[in-house]
Amino acid sequence: MEFTMWSAFRKKEWSWKASGLLLGLAFLITAAVVKPIGVSTQFVILDGIIWNGISNKLVVKDETAKKGYASTNAYLNKSGGKYAKNIAKPLNYSFVFVIAMIAGGLLSFITESKKDIPIERNTPKVWKDNYGDSHLKRYIFVFIGGIFVLFGARLAGGCSSGHMMSGMMQTSMSGYLFAIATFSAAIPVAKIIYRK
Amino acid sequence: MSQIILAGIFGLLFGFILHKSGASNPQHIINMLRLKDFRLAKIILLSIGFSSLLLFVLSSLGVIDAHFSVKTAYVGVIVGGLIFGIGWAISGFCPGTSVAAIGAGGKDAFIFIGGGLIGAFLFMLVYGSIKNTALFDKLFGGKATLANTGVEKYTTLIENVPASYVAGGIALLFIALAFALPEKLED
Repeated sequence: MEFTMWSAFRKKEWSWKASGLLLGLAFLITAAVVKPIGVSTQFVILDGIIWNGISNKLVVKDETAKKGYASTNAYLNKSGGKYAKNIAKPLNYSFVFVIAMIAGGLLSFITESKKDIPIERNTPKVWKDNYGDSHLKRYIFVFIGGIFVLFGARLAGGCSSGHMMSGMMQTSMSGYLFAIATFSAAIPVAKIIYRK
Repeated sequence: MSQIILAGIFGLLFGFILHKSGASNPQHIINMLRLKDFRLAKIILLSIGFSSLLLFVLSSLGVIDAHFSVKTAYVGVIVGGLIFGIGWAISGFCPGTSVAAIGAGGKDAFIFIGGGLIGAFLFMLVYGSIKNTALFDKLFGGKATLANTGVEKYTTLIENVPASYVAGGIALLFIALAFALPEKLED
């Protein structure tokens, strides 16, 4: 039993059933104990922390604001200074959660069996099949992709975890709308740019 | 303080599971979007169906006291989703999977996050000038769900059927679809 538990732990990729059930449990337990998972907001918080480090007037204490903080930036100032507060106090649940996810990825990577087929970690095979071995080209496109993804996620008010997973789990209309919109754009774009 | 410890444990587990599922590998995301490899689609459908079923059934039985957090539906969800979809297809990453992937040493994931920080920053800059446009017009009454969450401030769209039936029905549909989809399609 111990051996099978350990080998499952070390396995590079779990079966779709095990992955789906455990991922589902993660979304359920977090919602039951604290709040539903969301990631993309924390990109704004990290931006704010960096920005506030350069100009320390971005986020200020404000007794009249609902959350006790205000910002000169309209986005950080919205919802009673909710984001402004999280920038001033980065040691909060949502930010620490996302930082800990890095450690989770690392733990998975360092414990995984190296006997399985190695997975390319710089440029996926489907990219190479279409655009050759140059990492630089992939890096330029992945950077542009990142700009689109986070701009879109912020305009939408959430991403795959917040809208699609946590949202549809709660049967939120916003989750269904987001899922339909993302797949309607992503499927034709993927088919056009990755023909092979 | 206990919240911070929970954040550390839950974040670690989520990053770990996300990586083990293969979702942090852009190859799998891109091939799902090319409709060539449905393994990840099966995972997404099963996890939403399974978590939703348990969430509503256990809540209605009083076993858990879930912290529902329903987001507002507005025009920007659709427009933002379309923009998101373009970048998602190009890069093969979403915000969550890129974070798990940098833990596992993915260099392209690091660069994705660099682009992501720029994208989020651009949105912070433009938000002030677009916040009063139709992009933020509410749809379906804003914070709306199909099944009744029991939270008064959220609109319930299917009122006359018990929440476990509505959410459970949708969940079973998702789970059935997860099993029905083939793992891989031949070229």
